Amino acid sequence: MAQANDNGGARTRAPLPGWFTGTLKTIGSIAVTMLGLVFITFIIGRVMPIDPVLAIVGERASQSTYEAVYLQLGLDKPVIVQFAYYVWDVMQGDFGMSLLNARPVAEDIARVFPATLELATLGVFFGIVLGVPLGVVAAVRKGSWIDQVARVVALVGYSMPIFWLGLMGLLVFYGMLGWVGGPGRVGIFYEDIVPSVTGMILVDSILARNWTVLKDAFSHIVLPASLLGYYSLAYISRMTRSFMLEQLSAEYITTARVKGMSEWDVVWKHAFRNIRVQLITVIALSYAGLLEGSVLTEIIFSWPGIGSYITTALLSADMNAVLGGTVVVGLVFILLNIFSDLLYKVFDPRAK
Amino acid sequence: MTIWKNTLAGATMAVALSFTSVAVVAETPANMLVIANRIDDITTMDPAQSFEFAGSDVNQNIYSKLVNFDPLDFDKGYVPDLAASWEVSEDGKSITFTMREGVTFQSGNPVTAQDAEWSLRRAVILNKTPAFILTQFGFTPKNIAETIKADGNTLTITTDKRYATSFVLNCLTATIGSIVDMKLAMENEVDGDMGNAWLATNSAGSGAYSLVGWKPNESVTLQANPNYYGGAPTMERVIVRHVAESASQRLLLEAGDIDVARNLNPEDIAGVRKAAGVVVQEELKGRLMYLGLNQTHPILSKPQVRQAFKYLVDYEGMQNSFLNGQYTIHQNFLPKTYLGASTENPFSLNIEKAKELLKEAGVENLEIEVGVREAQERIEIAQSFQNTAAQAGIKVNITVGTGKQILDRYRARELDMSLEAWGPDYPDPQTNAGTFAYNPDNSLEAKATGLLAWRLGWDTDGLTPLVDAAVTEGDRDKRIAMYQEIQAKFRETSPFVIMFQQIEQDGIRDNVKNFTTGEAIGSADYSKVTK
Repeated sequence: MAQANDNGGARTRAPLPGWFTGTLKTIGSIAVTMLGLVFITFIIGRVMPIDPVLAIVGERASQSTYEAVYLQLGLDKPVIVQFAYYVWDVMQGDFGMSLLNARPVAEDIARVFPATLELATLGVFFGIVLGVPLGVVAAVRKGSWIDQVARVVALVGYSMPIFWLGLMGLLVFYGMLGWVGGPGRVGIFYEDIVPSVTGMILVDSILARNWTVLKDAFSHIVLPASLLGYYSLAYISRMTRSFMLEQLSAEYITTARVKGMSEWDVVWKHAFRNIRVQLITVIALSYAGLLEGSVLTEIIFSWPGIGSYITTALLSADMNAVLGGTVVVGLVFILLNIFSDLLYKVFDPRAK
Repeated sequence: MTIWKNTLAGATMAVALSFTSVAVVAETPANMLVIANRIDDITTMDPAQSFEFAGSDVNQNIYSKLVNFDPLDFDKGYVPDLAASWEVSEDGKSITFTMREGVTFQSGNPVTAQDAEWSLRRAVILNKTPAFILTQFGFTPKNIAETIKADGNTLTITTDKRYATSFVLNCLTATIGSIVDMKLAMENEVDGDMGNAWLATNSAGSGAYSLVGWKPNESVTLQANPNYYGGAPTMERVIVRHVAESASQRLLLEAGDIDVARNLNPEDIAGVRKAAGVVVQEELKGRLMYLGLNQTHPILSKPQVRQAFKYLVDYEGMQNSFLNGQYTIHQNFLPKTYLGASTENPFSLNIEKAKELLKEAGVENLEIEVGVREAQERIEIAQSFQNTAAQAGIKVNITVGTGKQILDRYRARELDMSLEAWGPDYPDPQTNAGTFAYNPDNSLEAKATGLLAWRLGWDTDGLTPLVDAAVTEGDRDKRIAMYQEIQAKFRETSPFVIMFQQIEQDGIRDNVKNFTTGEAIGSADYSKVTK
């Protein structure tokens, strides 16, 4: 009180803790981004030359049936009103019902997203464990045969159509050699055997301690995950090489070498430590790209993931499903960004 | 350093695992049928609402109807199913069905005439998309208490006027004629929906199979009904997997992981023909491909021009090239295998004849627009027509668009010509006669957009009353003759250039017997399949 009096009677408000304002800013940023995303998707959905009513009632429905469904969907209301209703429902966790299969969109997404998550995680794992060492070695041995091989591997990864590569992979490893399982997440004998806890069959079969299902599920996922991993590898290895080259030409590396430090320590303890933050960005982007769903991979391998879910919904004018899927993909990008920011702080003290 | 060494070791392990040989099952079990199909069109399993191909296939195996087709002999036409027999009243407006005794639903509840009454009434009350198949007989929610009535072991339906008995019974073989377990469905009713929401993902039938599960865009699993009155199916489990890509279906089929591949493209069909243990099965389907000439166009409405265009299509060339095996030449509005279908195909590519007819009509320097949906085979057909029409001095501009874009303009009579496909709604000739050759009011105000003849602005040149007469003709043979006559006139005078009928080519393992996709009039049936 005395202090307040000293300041002319004005109360001094204690500053809000940094973590609190940071969290508020993050939430605000997420809300604005999501609102913008939903708005743009919503508008695109309305101007698309696909008729959601026709998709439900069929081409031969009478005018009265058509009009009844038109009203039922609320399409007679102004677009902005429709949007407001939609946002209100989404805020309550309700993505609406799929126009075509009359199921809650949230349920559908809960079914298809784990399939993509499982595939993308394994894919990016392959990409990291192979791509990072390859990029480092290519940088250290710049111009050598291994650098050239890495360049060709990356070039093929960038330029080869995934559709063709997937089919060739299936033909060779499934059709001819029989080393891996065919299209689908699991063999027909093992469908619905382990209870769905996470929706990810590998995890669920481990939880159920059913090693036969785990082996079968792994045989089905290994090829599409390797394929996606290859594409991640191409990107990650090239970026790693580029970051490493920049570090290896720096003066502190020369100093370390002059001081007699082993090459392994120079590369991994000094140069590599300094590219970790940049690599996190590259890996996060790569992972987010895979989580968005690789439609072609999902089609070839009959993988019921979110990519093919959104695409099918889009082609069928099932806009609730499209919007729901888009919101989830948007959230994935945002969460990965936040996770990357947190990792920056771990690896780079200056970011704290 | 240890971390990175461990990481590298992990990477090496991952690579090794990715190439580990895993035993791949080479053959499906003897009591299981595994089918690869595109099933992303399924919207519901409720037979009062289901109107898609893949959904109809499932329902055909779950539900019995009053009358149905014999999956081993479609030529017999409708045969008794849950109705053991029926009688037609003297005025021809009422049919009384006597129910088969001792049949139970998969739930164990007995199948009664009350279930049949409730099922048909329910379809009328719910009024979903396929309801017109029943309501065209005059059934309304207000009159069903009198027009669909059970009495003991019989069910009587009374139509608003006399119709051909074969017409009514053919319509009852459609999915909407499925008999649902009233007790079970009503136990799961929500907000007065008569079980509609529950039946979307569950089954309550008395057919050869019950629904175990449907995962949209993923799979449908059926379990055999051991108490099926027609005999327990040999295939105890049927799994239909959604495999969108033709090449993936082929690989699965050749590896023996599936028994049937239903969406193989011509290249893959050619491939599986050479594979060991696989055969190709062909069945005619009801889908027709046609060109429609807008009759509000001053030149296209001339009789000689309509005739000339029928000589400007390279039927043989297309059938033997890019449509190889997928379509067969057919120039009539009733698909082959339909009651009364004509098999006459009098037109072939004849540029000189077309030129003569155009000259006779005084046509010179004609330029027209043809609307085509963005599907590969349709675009190729349009391009072929563009090429042959050019040889007769006609410039054809192809407009490719989405289904909605083209359909909207077609319905609004805005396109000079439309390249379209049409599939029948139910297995009776009226389904196509009533749209290709029927148009009682050709005025714009009528807005009869459901009728193809109206969409082309064609008054049918006197065929409408003939169609009306055929649909009420009680004598089956006379009815067939009437449709033959209508088709003959239609071929000569109509503005429809009907070109092809679809063939479904399936790759199946050679040990699979009695598998059918239902030909042109039915749906896929698994009840008689053996391996």
